[in-house]
Amino acid sequence: MEPISPSRRSFLSLAVAAPLAAWGLSACGTAGPGGAGATGGASMWSLTGQPNEGIRKNTVDVFNKANADKQIKLTFFQNDAYKTKIKTAIGAGQAPTIIYGWGGGTLKSYAQAGQVEDLTAWFAANPDVKAKLFPSAFGAATVDGKIYAIPTQTVAPIIFYYNKELFAKAKVQPPKTWSDLMSLVTTFNAMGIAPLSLGGQSRWTSMMWLEFMFDRVGGPTVFNDIFAGKPNAWSNPAALEALTKIQELVSANGFIKGFSSITADSNADQALLYTGKAAMMLHGAWTYGGMKNDGGGFVQAGKLGWVDFPTVEGGKGDPKNTVGNPANYQSISAKATDAEKETAKKFFKEGLFTPAEIDAYIQNGGVPIVSGIEGKLAATADKDFLTYVYTQSKDAPNFQQSWDQALSPTAAEALLNSIDQLFVKSITPEQFAATMNATLGK
Amino acid sequence: MSAGTTAAAGPGKGRTGPLAWLAIPALVFFLAFAVLPLLGVLLLSFTTWDGIGAISMAGLANWFGIFTDPLMYNALWLTLIIMVVSWLVQTPISLLLGTFTAGNQKYRALLAVLYFLPLLLSSAAIAIAYKALLDPNFGLAEGLGLPVLAQDWLGRPELALFVVIFVIAWQFVPFHTLIYQGGVRQIPKSLYEAAEIDGAGRVKQFFFITLPQLKYTIITSSTLMVVGSLTYFDLVFVLTGGGPGNSTRILALDMYLKGFKANLMGPASAVAVILVAIGLALALLLQRIGGKDNSGSQLEGL
Repeated sequence: MEPISPSRRSFLSLAVAAPLAAWGLSACGTAGPGGAGATGGASMWSLTGQPNEGIRKNTVDVFNKANADKQIKLTFFQNDAYKTKIKTAIGAGQAPTIIYGWGGGTLKSYAQAGQVEDLTAWFAANPDVKAKLFPSAFGAATVDGKIYAIPTQTVAPIIFYYNKELFAKAKVQPPKTWSDLMSLVTTFNAMGIAPLSLGGQSRWTSMMWLEFMFDRVGGPTVFNDIFAGKPNAWSNPAALEALTKIQELVSANGFIKGFSSITADSNADQALLYTGKAAMMLHGAWTYGGMKNDGGGFVQAGKLGWVDFPTVEGGKGDPKNTVGNPANYQSISAKATDAEKETAKKFFKEGLFTPAEIDAYIQNGGVPIVSGIEGKLAATADKDFLTYVYTQSKDAPNFQQSWDQALSPTAAEALLNSIDQLFVKSITPEQFAATMNATLGK
Repeated sequence: MSAGTTAAAGPGKGRTGPLAWLAIPALVFFLAFAVLPLLGVLLLSFTTWDGIGAISMAGLANWFGIFTDPLMYNALWLTLIIMVVSWLVQTPISLLLGTFTAGNQKYRALLAVLYFLPLLLSSAAIAIAYKALLDPNFGLAEGLGLPVLAQDWLGRPELALFVVIFVIAWQFVPFHTLIYQGGVRQIPKSLYEAAEIDGAGRVKQFFFITLPQLKYTIITSSTLMVVGSLTYFDLVFVLTGGGPGNSTRILALDMYLKGFKANLMGPASAVAVILVAIGLALALLLQRIGGKDNSGSQLEGL
């Protein structure tokens, strides 16, 4: 038998054609991860992590039981993995019907690319849905005057926590002003206790300090100018003063030794506070539940204290102003079919914030973004903390959304990178401002 | 990288024909998963894309931007440092360990197995473990009661880079030890016997027989180390995330942060192209250094 000897041309053409064919096949595939079929059902992506994962699953189960023809297929993802995955899915036109998010700059980038549905008319047609929720939660869902997402879940302001036991031992009071804080730094350092816990490697943890300081020194206008992209907004004298004060705090060893290598994901920063290695910590309201779980009775014994963020002498910010995440958000993919969109809207109206869901959030130590729940909050074991969070969020003259969510992803990454350098003092406040000025409007 | 060229450019015509067909599966995978994406990245480096919206042409803007970006030069410099220092640290250790474990004694075999262990762990797991051990508040220092170890290992810019190099060495020395062990075992015994008769001691035997005989092993291992150092991403990402203050933001990490965190796919693709170019140039260069007398044998006359 003659051996079949391929000519070089046929060999090469096959080699080139095969991957193209494979590529073509995969590109034409229709059943993407976000697809939900043609039954009128919808797909929803959400985040893992209790208690929110369980609550979301229960809500969807209840909705699915009541709506046999409008099923929602729910998939959970881990937080950081989700942020990358949803971006890729939306870019590839494979987004789920209901997109989970944090509003702000990322939502704006979706809206500008025409990837999410404008819900303004729907909210106008369903005023009771809107009236039920915190008005402050809608700011981060609005792009150019149009609402692109419904606020969901709980409010998460940033809280100034302190260890009451250590404060009693040092015979001092929680700080009311910046100079109080600076003198507490000296006191606790002399006792061999770190004044402030910080998971600095996560970077957004350090950012919370800047958010408060910009507000306390210069009031909400400082960041509003930045958000609006006004030229040289980061070089505002108030901004430079806030940045300088933060570097003074770093130089005074205000933050625990090694803060640059501590991450927030491992909850080591919370552990420093409840094990008595650090006296104070600025962190999200969500850490209350974590410290209650892991702190070995620290919270239950009443050793955890919290106060408003200190004022700065001569500063313009209202001490009632707060920062954090006003809510989480759900948007509808513009690429979904009409039937899928219909199901999603029905879920927004009937599925979200049912009385059972509200109770579930409260029982798990969260404050759902629903007005008129004072009574329910007061009836819980954590009533002091929950009522504080509720009134702070509801009554804050200005509730600044976390900067990394409010700004565009490009500006946010530059910001986090500059903050990291600011806290290890490898750049000056002026260099920080110059770098960030270059990102304005991007 | 070389699968495509050797298969397509086989020297003989008739006899190698059917053999060339055998290379097709590998070639197809190589083209589909390496060459096509590479072309895609090259195209993307001339565009503006945030990963979500429409792709628009940007001409050379990304390239001009990249070459005026201090972050890129910082990343390039750090990558170079990691490459050189890693090679300087890993090569002698692996070479000596490889020679040591090549012996036939029982205890050496046992030690070889122990040395091999780090290779079985994933980079992410190693990074998480080291992060926990090096934690200044809850880490090794606290556990062992040794305050000397309570340094801010990953939090001080000047320390963090060397901790990263150390952890990389810890992970990869076993692999290179294995390569050297195989190399040493292939050296004919008769060479050592002859040297012993001539009165050469252990040290002389190592420098005049083992080392020259390992020439190609050293080149292989060095190529893997040097080109591999361009891709130390996972470990650094988990260990430091590029910080503190960009002190460990190497090129691969810079690319990821630009592309997937800052949504700047264009500039990130430009960095990726630079990475590929450097990797190819280095691989070629190392092949050249050792590859001149490829046909010559080191075992002539045996």
